[in-house]
Amino acid sequence: MRKMNILLILAVILLIALPLGLYGKTADFSGSDDQGTTAITQVQPGYKPWFKPLWQPSGEVESFFFALEAAIGAGFIGYFLGVSKAKKEK
Amino acid sequence: MSNRWQHYKKFLLIGVLLGYFILNPLAPAYAMHIMEGFLPLKWCLFWAVLTMPFLVLGMRSIGRTVREHPEMKMLLGLAGAFTFVLSALKMPSVTGSCSHPTGVGLGTVLFGPTAMTVLGFIVLIFQALLLAHGGITTLGANTFSMAVVGPLVAWGFYRACVRLKTPLWVGVFLGALFGDLCTYVTTATQLALAFPSPVGGFTASLVKFMAIYAITQVPLAVSEGLLTVVIFNLLTVHNRRELEELTVLARPEKPAEEGRI
Repeated sequence: MRKMNILLILAVILLIALPLGLYGKTADFSGSDDQGTTAITQVQPGYKPWFKPLWQPSGEVESFFFALEAAIGAGFIGYFLGVSKAKKEK
Repeated sequence: MSNRWQHYKKFLLIGVLLGYFILNPLAPAYAMHIMEGFLPLKWCLFWAVLTMPFLVLGMRSIGRTVREHPEMKMLLGLAGAFTFVLSALKMPSVTGSCSHPTGVGLGTVLFGPTAMTVLGFIVLIFQALLLAHGGITTLGANTFSMAVVGPLVAWGFYRACVRLKTPLWVGVFLGALFGDLCTYVTTATQLALAFPSPVGGFTASLVKFMAIYAITQVPLAVSEGLLTVVIFNLLTVHNRRELEELTVLARPEKPAEEGRI
């Protein structure tokens, strides 16, 4: 099981590294939803969004929340697995 | 099980749920969801109505799980935490753009597809309100793609693999992979329906939106499948009893029952 998990995580790292290695110098890796929005205005040039978001955080504030979110999620997963392991060994 | 552990468990669960509900939505600014105001009103209503029955079923399903297995709350929290992490991971893709996984596959395997409809719905509300990601007007459409179609497809693949008696991890992998991918295929379809191209109509638009959403998602969906198997493997080792209780794993003496919806 441990061997399999190590291999799986290596595969994920490879999947992330591959696009970076291939296009890292040329692409800006923008979000697919932003591209989707652009595509809508291409298909229907006259379309205007009929409702606006009520609030929009700045890019820096956003990255803070991203890091915090990942930290809390990973923290809980780690805690859960640790407790489960300890409980089983008892 | 000691009282102390019980006490901590409650405390932790509250903390995690709070954190989950408040923060997860704050996260993914670059992702799949249809942006606020970018879907005509009639389509907004159409998808909202279609999503409604799944939400009701999901709330009943979660209520039943918690009533029958109160000790599963921690595991429910884990399913939430997993979505939490995955939706914070904006990954680069071979198309030169970025997107993030959905993380609904794990919870679907453990608690069934409609339970994840509720979790996904709550996530999307907060995302729309606090992060200007997705939107209130497009909430129905986004819930339908990520929290109805995604989990249902994941469930379908997982159950099919169980029936074919493949190793369990194959079903978990394929379920998470196709659940993720089909979420984005649904988004592309929703946009193509609302915005058929003047030349070529629905099909031309579909090709265009698929190129943006679905192709980007392929390597990410594989990553999500792999990561879901990693966690699932750990659960089968350390949380065997819970998985047997949820009939994900067969008890030694009797075979697994049919799953819950």
